Amino acid sequence: MTGSLRQWLASDQPASRRQAVLGNLARGAKAIITNPAALTGLLIVIALLIVALFAPLIAGRISPIAQDLAARLAPPSSAHWFGTDELGRDIYARTVHGARVTLTIVMLVAVFVAPIGLAVGTAAGYLGGWVDALLMRITDIFLAFPRLVLALAFAAALGPGIENAVIAISLTAWPPYARIARAETVTIARSDFIAAVVLQGAASARILFRHIVPLCLSSVIVRLTLDMAGIILTAAGLGFLGLGAQPPTAEWGAMVSSGRDVILDQWWVATIPGLAIFIVSLGFNLLGDGLRDVLDPKNA
Amino acid sequence: MSEPPLIEVEDLNVSFPGRGGLTRAVRGASFSLGRERLGIVGESGSGKSTTGWALLGLVPRPGIVTARRMSLSGTDLLSLGESDWQSLRGRRMSMVMQDPKYSLNPVLRVGRQIQETYRLHHRSSAAEARRHALAMLEAVRIRDADQVFHLYPHQLSGGMGQRVMIAMMLIAEPDLLIADEPTSALDVTVQNQVLRILDDLVTVRGMGLIFISHNLTIVSSFCDRVLVMYGGRIVEECKADELDRAKHPYTRALIRAAPSLASYQPELSVVVRDPEWLA
Amino acid sequence: MAGGTEMKGLAAGRPAFAVVRRFAAFLGSLLLTFLGLTAVTFGIGRFIPVDPVLAVVGDHATRAVYDKTYLAMGLDRPVPVQYLIYLRKLVSGDFGQSVMTSRPVLSDLMQFFPATFELATIATLIGVIIGVPAGVTAGALKGRWPDHLVRIVGLFGYSMPVFWLGLVGLFVFYGKLGWVSGPGRLDVAYDDIVTSRTGIILVDSLIEGEWAVFRNAIAHLILPAGILGYFSLAYIARMTRSFMIEQLSQEYVVAARVKGRSFWGAVWHHAFPNIMVALITVIGLSYASLLEGAVLTETVFAWPGLGLYITHSLFNADMNAVLGGTLMVGAVFIGVNLLCDLLYKIFDPRLRTQ
Ligand SMILES: Nc1ncnc2c1ncn2[C@@H]1O[C@H](COP(=O)(O)OP(=O)(O)O)[C@@H](O)[C@H]1O
Ligand SMILES: [Mg+2]
Repeated sequence: MTGSLRQWLASDQPASRRQAVLGNLARGAKAIITNPAALTGLLIVIALLIVALFAPLIAGRISPIAQDLAARLAPPSSAHWFGTDELGRDIYARTVHGARVTLTIVMLVAVFVAPIGLAVGTAAGYLGGWVDALLMRITDIFLAFPRLVLALAFAAALGPGIENAVIAISLTAWPPYARIARAETVTIARSDFIAAVVLQGAASARILFRHIVPLCLSSVIVRLTLDMAGIILTAAGLGFLGLGAQPPTAEWGAMVSSGRDVILDQWWVATIPGLAIFIVSLGFNLLGDGLRDVLDPKNA
Repeated sequence: MSEPPLIEVEDLNVSFPGRGGLTRAVRGASFSLGRERLGIVGESGSGKSTTGWALLGLVPRPGIVTARRMSLSGTDLLSLGESDWQSLRGRRMSMVMQDPKYSLNPVLRVGRQIQETYRLHHRSSAAEARRHALAMLEAVRIRDADQVFHLYPHQLSGGMGQRVMIAMMLIAEPDLLIADEPTSALDVTVQNQVLRILDDLVTVRGMGLIFISHNLTIVSSFCDRVLVMYGGRIVEECKADELDRAKHPYTRALIRAAPSLASYQPELSVVVRDPEWLA
Repeated sequence: MAGGTEMKGLAAGRPAFAVVRRFAAFLGSLLLTFLGLTAVTFGIGRFIPVDPVLAVVGDHATRAVYDKTYLAMGLDRPVPVQYLIYLRKLVSGDFGQSVMTSRPVLSDLMQFFPATFELATIATLIGVIIGVPAGVTAGALKGRWPDHLVRIVGLFGYSMPVFWLGLVGLFVFYGKLGWVSGPGRLDVAYDDIVTSRTGIILVDSLIEGEWAVFRNAIAHLILPAGILGYFSLAYIARMTRSFMIEQLSQEYVVAARVKGRSFWGAVWHHAFPNIMVALITVIGLSYASLLEGAVLTETVFAWPGLGLYITHSLFNADMNAVLGGTLMVGAVFIGVNLLCDLLYKIFDPRLRTQ
């Protein structure tokens, strides 16, 4: 039974589109799982998801915002595994809850960036002519900007907060996606099957949404995975500067910032949330590298 | 007759470990060569180039080379250390590769690349190396040697590029030249020109030549002796002018499949393979 | 006859013409990108703070003052006109007044820039001196332990928050080991000994021969520069590695071995010259992105450069200063980017002569 399923997946002459897609997925999954680095990355990302989903359970029902001024800046102990911060809050609970904030930011950015990039890129690639020239010029201009500084300016203008941090990051992160979507669109639009659809009399909008956008989607998603670490680091940077999640929300970048002044004496306050940022972005980087190896073995 | 032959190879095996097991590129090849022209023919993938690389000690990783004997004018190649190889390559044997577009360094001027070979093997001043390089350019019949000297490879035509390549590989006067499909990448019109230059240099300098090609017609007209390779094995060895008496069915099939102007064939035959040949 | 000379003249004129055209295209894209940059900073300044007038006059201004400022700022004019006014001001060096320092933003920027320049330059030097050989070695020994090592070092660099690494660095090398000096550019005792000529303390102290100041400056610089240098190294090594792998698969490398070059001789004398041009671009990009990394590093190390200036202004809601700083970093960023592009076209013989 499993044997025949395996054969069905591994077939190099798939009988249906679904078999081809699933077969490719299975081959990719196998390549990721057999690559120790990529597997480590995958496990880290899964761990992030679990921690974020079940944060209250994993934090042992300790509130991430409950203050205990008597136990300020306590070193790691059995009562407080990662110690406490300057307001006596439990750093373990805050780190665990911080996973939620990080995941939220990353997912929101993805939700913003992909459609903007897709819209600009497919429109440019499909319509061509001056629309293409104009849109790509704008894309290039945004691409030439220093991302963090621009995000900083946006965040400063919009005011601090998670939502604004997300908007600021998205505003600076979309250009590569537009580039990718455009390149794909140009190739797809030239292909015979699109010509066939046009001959059948389909409308432009329909061609764009039914045929071109779905095909661009996969490369956009791959690129997103590769970008996640960068997004996390930018978000943490904004948080560190006080432009991300506002107190008392537990956000890793802001937590590092709150440990700044006591780094020489109470190292754990800044070190532990920073470690969390490091591990999570390392996870995405490892996974992303693995994905790229699978999709583009030439550059492995 | 005490002088040892230029090249002696006995039972040469080269294999490449890969995902699907071992690829045996050369299997038990034995041959020897004096100051003569030896042609190696065979279809693509039959192990011709790999044989050449093995002689130069440059089989790419992760290839494994074994042989009972492999020597150059009596020098045992199998026991050579890396620095011995380096003083031997370029100086005692050399190789002209297929396509000058890829085998010349694109960012270095032609003159510098020719000089380099000379200076790797001779203590010499820059001026002397330059003089030698210019002379070598003239030897491969490049007219404006002074100008060509300062050009970059992309500014040369294919034929020019291959002549530069020959100059670069012969400037240190090796005893043996391996020419691996030296004209396959060139326009038919310049192929003969380049072959003639190669021919003259080999004759004048009394070098040994291993001429690798998939083109039976060129090999048989250019070489003294011919080896035919199939699937990593040497399946036939004979004098070039006795090819029509070749015994191996693969060779005979190759001859039938080769177009010839001398005798008109209404239809060229296709080589039909026999698994027995690999046994 | 005449036709012949004319042909020759044309042929000779063509490469020069190509250079001119390339340069014009370069200037064109430079100009366009700068226009875009200013349009964005203008947009942020004009539209996003709900009321730019209030930002200037404060919450408690009278109606009359408010109206006067409104008109004085040209806010009654159409937006494109306002943009043109903004551009004209920028071109004449008027970035507005900083609320925080109550000085023109431009003179603030000029004062803070050298510190960032010093930091980013030393960091890039570290990145190049270590990153290029590391990348070449990794690429040449692909799949063996030096390669894995470089890959891991690079991955860590891509994954670490720079501000966190800065803090940990301070804790270990300053707090625990005492090998380096703490935040700031100089100890207080060394302040104001050398006059600021270039604003780059290493240079200024050398000019005056103040070795004690020079040493102290190094002790302060080494940690932030080392940390930024690590990020630069990670990027440069990774790019160098992949360029190298690509080149080493080329036939001319084997040809060099056939001539009698050693493996490393072929790597450095043949493959390396082929990646040099691309490396210039990478180094330029890394330099530009260090200006950006400096925003966070300078905050951690209280390094009085552009980054610190921008973040301080941010907390004081000093929008002119923030946008001025953004414009400055953006301008340098774009400038370096395009310069690399130009260098690329000048130095690659394949592009230079065709
Ligand atoms: N670097 C390598 N790695 C793995 N296999 C190789 C390599 N080089 C050659 N081979 C294999 O060795 C065989 C002979 O190749 P080659 O000597 O290039 O043939 P020819 O020159 O006659 O066309 C081929 O099957 C080829 O796949
Ligand atoms: Mg070959």
